Amino acid sequence: MIVEASAVRFDSISLDSGATLAPVDVAYETYGELNAAKSNAILILHAFSGDAHAAGISHETGKPGWWDNMIGPGKAFDTNKYFVICSNVLGGCRGATGPSSINAATGRPYAMSFPVITIADMVRLQKMLVDWFGIGRLLTVTGGSMGGMQALEWAVSYPDRVVSAIPIACTTRHSAQQIAFNEVGRQAIMADPDWNDGDYYGQKPPARGLAVARMVGHITFMSDDSMREKFGRRLRGKETFGFDFDVDFEVESYLRYRGSEFVNRFDANSYLYITKAMDYFDLTNGYGSLAAAFERVRARFLVISFTSDWLYPSYQSQEIVSALRARNCDVAYVELESNYGHDAFLVDVAEQTDLIRGFLASTFEKVP
Amino acid sequence: MSAQAAKKQAFVRELLGRSDYAIIGDIVEPDTKVLDLGCGEGELLEWLAQNKGVEARGVEISSAKVQRAIARGVTVYQGDIDEGLADYPSQAFDYVILSQTLQETRHPRQVLREMLRVGRRAIVAFPNFGHWRMRLSMLTSGCAPRTKLFPYEWYESPNIHFLTVHDFEHLAALERLVVERRYFLAGRRKATLLPNLLAEVAVFLVSQTRG
Repeated sequence: MIVEASAVRFDSISLDSGATLAPVDVAYETYGELNAAKSNAILILHAFSGDAHAAGISHETGKPGWWDNMIGPGKAFDTNKYFVICSNVLGGCRGATGPSSINAATGRPYAMSFPVITIADMVRLQKMLVDWFGIGRLLTVTGGSMGGMQALEWAVSYPDRVVSAIPIACTTRHSAQQIAFNEVGRQAIMADPDWNDGDYYGQKPPARGLAVARMVGHITFMSDDSMREKFGRRLRGKETFGFDFDVDFEVESYLRYRGSEFVNRFDANSYLYITKAMDYFDLTNGYGSLAAAFERVRARFLVISFTSDWLYPSYQSQEIVSALRARNCDVAYVELESNYGHDAFLVDVAEQTDLIRGFLASTFEKVP
Repeated sequence: MSAQAAKKQAFVRELLGRSDYAIIGDIVEPDTKVLDLGCGEGELLEWLAQNKGVEARGVEISSAKVQRAIARGVTVYQGDIDEGLADYPSQAFDYVILSQTLQETRHPRQVLREMLRVGRRAIVAFPNFGHWRMRLSMLTSGCAPRTKLFPYEWYESPNIHFLTVHDFEHLAALERLVVERRYFLAGRRKATLLPNLLAEVAVFLVSQTRG
């Protein structure tokens, strides 16, 4: 399945901060066919560093989408049956308006003049896209990590527009530990002299800072077990220690590779803005309590967490589920056994496929 | 009464291979809200949803069973029924089912109270520890009884609170519950005579005293 990204431009978007962005672009991909009743649409919400290329082989890069193992003909999100949309988040650097976009008012990149955005702002832009498609109700909104937060935001902000939601490995609000890791990443970027107060476009980007930020991220995505299995204490291309500060261990090599590869595809300022949006995320904002926020909810839920995920631990998913059960909402929950830590939602495909396929089929059955 | 009709009455219908499920399937009124505690892979809930149009929810502790239940489209929450009912609002369900699990809970009395807080009625099915085979097994062997119904060695049995038909009746009286219906089964037969001695499985439909 060769896929191509499209983009749509809207006149403006109002943000939680009070600022307005004009115009605003959003890149998206779609897979499968929208049925006549427009009742089979699924919105896939990507995680922090993802993009609109969720499935298929990119016409542009030749690479598979970030959730290609879950989306496609006969897969969990079966494109023979459903119409799947994925778009880049607001503030991103992969086709949505973000700090690296040209500010129409100045003719220069926004950089740090880009307004601070929230998860709710990202969802507002997605809703504009869904409206543009003429889709009244989405069969489901789903994603892992930051994508799960967006799914929760959708269910609360637009209760009449979603039939179901599948938040995976996520939370209703960032904990101190989650904020702390994000802050380390931001400080790494801002401490890089090449960051230059965010004004580096057309010049040397803060590659070292961004790479370190990504290295920290990758540690939090794995588990002690998965790192032991994957790297252990194995040395990289040598029999003995080098007695210097070049790469000795496999794990160092892996992190350096991941860090440097990330620099080629991600904008450092987007890193700052998107992590800030995640840290600000608190579903109780404006409602006072989770119970009050969920009072509006009408969607059916499938909540999934993973045993070895210490970045978004299961207790955070259980908080979502407890609050939904207290509202007597239709919520299924399972904690899947996995060694892969937070990465599990991208890796442990077999179990998630059975769950999601069954959940979607029974949800779709009941749609009028 | 024809021979066939007599046969029908003597033998309890089975549902999904279980006679207690058949009883529960009969008790539950159509288009109601049902919570099944320890629902396994959700077979009973799926049957109730499809055949009685009930809004079905389940609680199950085993992740593997929860996965299979969700995969068949049933809404199941992975959790412990000893602790897990607190989140539900009061009187959220028409029926709360506890099938063959009461004897495995740590705090059966508390579980029963919680069932009747979140549900208007509770359906409790449990294996009868007062069955004559149990009594005979213990009397003759002098060891913790093992029968087809209780096949486990004492040290690996999930059953931690053994009870008999009489014991449940006593608890119901103590809790001032109304026993609306009671069924006693021996294999696929009804055991109406001397149930505490002859019933292998008992099914009670109970509710709270009103007023």
